[in-house]
Amino acid sequence: MTLKRLFAGAAAMAMAFVLAAPLCVRTASAATELTVYTAVEAEDLKRYAAAFNEDHPDIAIKWVRDSTGIITAKLLAEKNNPQADVIWGLAATSLLLMKGEGMLEPYAPKGLDKLNPKFRDKDNPPTWTGMDAWIASVCVNTVEAGKKNLPMPGSWMDLTKPVYKGHIVMPNPNSSGTGFLDVSSWLQLFKEDGGWDFMDKLHQNIAWYTHSGSKPCKQAAAGETPIGISFAFRGAKSKAAGAPLEIIVPKEGVGWDMEATAIVAGTSKLEAAKTLVDWTITKKANTLYNEGYAVVAYPGIAKPVEHFPPGIVDAMIDNDFLWAAQNRKRILAEWQKRYDSKSEAK
Amino acid sequence: MAEAAAIAARPVRAKLSRDDIIMRGAMVVLALFLLVAIVLPLYFMLSKSFETYTYRFESIEFQVNDGDGWGETLNALTLGQALGVVTPERMVTSNGGRFQASEFFPDFSFRSPRLYRIRNAQEDAGGFMVGGGPVFHTEWVEVTSNDFRRVQIRPALSTGVDNYIAYVNTPSLFFSVYNSLFIAVTTTVIVIGLAFFYAYALTRTCMPFKMLFRVIALIPILAPSLLPAISLVYLFGNQGIIRELLMGERIYGPIGIVIGSAFWTFPHALMILVTALSISDARLYEAAVALRTSKLRTFLTITLPGAKYGLISAIFVVFTLVITDFGVPKVIGGQYNVLATDIYKQVIGQQNFQMGAVVSVVLLLPAVVAFIVDRIVQRKQVALLSARAVPLQPKPNRRVDIGMGIYCGVVAVVIVGILGMAFWASLIKFWPYNMSLSLGNYNFDVMDGGGWEAYGNSIRMALYTAVFGTMIIFSGAYLVEKGRGFEFGRGVIQFLVILPLAVPGMVLGLAYIFFFNHPGNPLNFIYGSMAILVLCTITHFYTVSHLTAATALKQMDPEFEAVSASLKAPFYRTFARITVPVCLPAILDVSIYLFVNAMTTVSAVVFLYSTDTTLASVAVLNMDDAGDIAPAAAMAMMIVYTSAGVRLLHALLTRGLQRRTQAWRTR
Repeated sequence: MTLKRLFAGAAAMAMAFVLAAPLCVRTASAATELTVYTAVEAEDLKRYAAAFNEDHPDIAIKWVRDSTGIITAKLLAEKNNPQADVIWGLAATSLLLMKGEGMLEPYAPKGLDKLNPKFRDKDNPPTWTGMDAWIASVCVNTVEAGKKNLPMPGSWMDLTKPVYKGHIVMPNPNSSGTGFLDVSSWLQLFKEDGGWDFMDKLHQNIAWYTHSGSKPCKQAAAGETPIGISFAFRGAKSKAAGAPLEIIVPKEGVGWDMEATAIVAGTSKLEAAKTLVDWTITKKANTLYNEGYAVVAYPGIAKPVEHFPPGIVDAMIDNDFLWAAQNRKRILAEWQKRYDSKSEAK
Repeated sequence: MAEAAAIAARPVRAKLSRDDIIMRGAMVVLALFLLVAIVLPLYFMLSKSFETYTYRFESIEFQVNDGDGWGETLNALTLGQALGVVTPERMVTSNGGRFQASEFFPDFSFRSPRLYRIRNAQEDAGGFMVGGGPVFHTEWVEVTSNDFRRVQIRPALSTGVDNYIAYVNTPSLFFSVYNSLFIAVTTTVIVIGLAFFYAYALTRTCMPFKMLFRVIALIPILAPSLLPAISLVYLFGNQGIIRELLMGERIYGPIGIVIGSAFWTFPHALMILVTALSISDARLYEAAVALRTSKLRTFLTITLPGAKYGLISAIFVVFTLVITDFGVPKVIGGQYNVLATDIYKQVIGQQNFQMGAVVSVVLLLPAVVAFIVDRIVQRKQVALLSARAVPLQPKPNRRVDIGMGIYCGVVAVVIVGILGMAFWASLIKFWPYNMSLSLGNYNFDVMDGGGWEAYGNSIRMALYTAVFGTMIIFSGAYLVEKGRGFEFGRGVIQFLVILPLAVPGMVLGLAYIFFFNHPGNPLNFIYGSMAILVLCTITHFYTVSHLTAATALKQMDPEFEAVSASLKAPFYRTFARITVPVCLPAILDVSIYLFVNAMTTVSAVVFLYSTDTTLASVAVLNMDDAGDIAPAAAMAMMIVYTSAGVRLLHALLTRGLQRRTQAWRTR
């Protein structure tokens, strides 16, 4: 091979990549393409889109998926130049932040009155509607707890007992939506002073705080820690994968957040966006949500989900989302001051 | 008359040839590229760090109605100052800050029948929130006492140094500076110590298996920095196989960060130190022997000073790499906060972009200081090797050779052990409860993080970076080294190409968000695309590539250009026919360097990838973050396999090419 041919080859290869790149991205071209931001698990997205396209083949969905924190950051960063048309499947507390910035388009989807009133924005017309609830739980690894002779905890207060010192992992509320949900629920359950008092004691037993909300349960599943404060859905999945886990619902009640849907203000495809949001609150859509989540917005259709702890629905506290969203900044600053400084780092 | 005098007084200047014009045009293009790729993003980040949010209470007005009609209009600022609830410290907040309106009414009770009215005195002053939504217009908004508790005042955007003041006054943030410095200094001391003796053994002894030891020590370069951290979890975590070695200490924290950082920075230090120790003058050692100088004294007075500049360079490289690394502390840092993880937490966790920018500026400082000191020291370096120097040939010394062989063996076993642990863990079905082997962890498509698509994207990104990066960087180096005249332009470019070395990847990534996502930026469209990832990666690794290319070009005699010019051959023909073929080994080195780094980098791209462009290295991070540590290990190993495969291909290609195009080097 001569040098010339080598160069020609290299150049052709480079050209091929340049040409191939845009081709790979654009394949489907339906009548309307909606850019939908979501934090729903990757494996569920394909099902959601397929079910929607059964009824509305003329609207194609372009998913932009990431974890709750990152999608929230992305939306806020794009505040003055929104890229999304619809948000489908993001924490209600995150949507409230966006509502506070005036980023959401108020819209009352068809069939709104059929939803459980807990699962909608209180404004009329609402800026967001709920899909399903995502409930806090405690994952306990029975093998590791047995090895260390730890009793099975039954309540949040149990977790403050000295016997659990260094054996509990929970998400950092500053980086995890689940962590914030825990903290805001404790402040509502035990009231402001009692809540901080509880966390002061709990902090003594925490081995480390994780960045993500599912990690404590996965670490409990892997025996890295005996107890992880996480959410029920994650625990049920790990249990199904064969982890020696017990999912505990603390008897005082558990915090929860919901995945919700909203139209981004300023979208140029408002009609298609409304069609999609109408569909997201239908019975059919809610049946889909029920495959992973035990509690959904549409009353009367939820079937029990495998490995979900019994009684978890009754334990859901009467969560004041607006209060949580409005006080988020203050709570996080206080939390950081108390528990995130160097003196605690071991 | 006057005109003629002016013409006469004009100095004589060489006429610009067509070559010169093209070259200057190319140089302007290169300067523009660097402006967009590094200067403007950094400027935008700096200005972002001075963006603050302050409450504009003077433009908020209240009225109260106790059933007897609306009372007088109350200004929030006057009212707040009289009550003492508005103080200068409380005026300053950050993005998302909210001030409770009921604080202006000490007798407030949400059960009271009193009615409240609130309005903006002017439209663009931040506004207030009613029922969770913002109000910016200047009409009165009437609410009951029960709803008034949900009324909050929003801050307005302004500029100032308040973010920096807040940073220094937040202990949890400010402590990260100490933590980062502690980790960086400790790791540097350990790595430099280990690498120096390893390099010494490779260059100054007759120890056996030198080639093998050299290859093993360079392996960590092929892995993302997340890999050692993941391995450490399996080795020393609570279910780790050799956790007893830590004697009760916990791996999550400074110990883990230091070990993990040492693993991946070791080859960087080693390469510099091997080069430094390879250059030596045997005559000095002969003189030492003749004067009966002791071994220790010879080492202290000849070997160490000879390697001085290499040592200083290695120290700064390791220090900068560690302090700016994000992967290791993210995975194994536990509660131990460092600057790099703080940026991530501020931006991703709290959406506080301004504070993220402040931490970035703080992180930029030590890197810039290290960079400047290194430059100053390098300038002082004089040629150690004169033309009369005799290269030192190490003599066999049984005791030293065996001792060094054992030492290198131990280091090599640790490196292979850490890598092997990740390899093994990636094949275990469900650690530690089901230790059977399976490839289930490689089934990335059922996990968060982007699946196999992310791996494909990484390969594409690395190829683009290698192809386009090499083209840009080599042409740029050619313009700077071989260009004629236009000293000023070349000086500016020379400064600009060194700049990326001092900018940590995370800082660059964040700067890119601020710059490219700005709605007024005409380049806005590349935000979220593959192009921005490629641009960011090329920029991040620009300097080292440029220096490699420049060194190769410097070795070429300028007469090539002179002869071509006298033969009236345009410079681009000389470039294509002579310069490129002669420098082909260096070009290949640059492209492989870019490829491997594009595969392994996390910090530069973690803020920039989008759903269509998830990358393997980011997938490792996100899978670990979600707790899927075994698949994270599997993906990290995929990166290692790929980088190693490409390296191997490169070695074969270089050998073939060298035989074809570099025959002139041998006589």
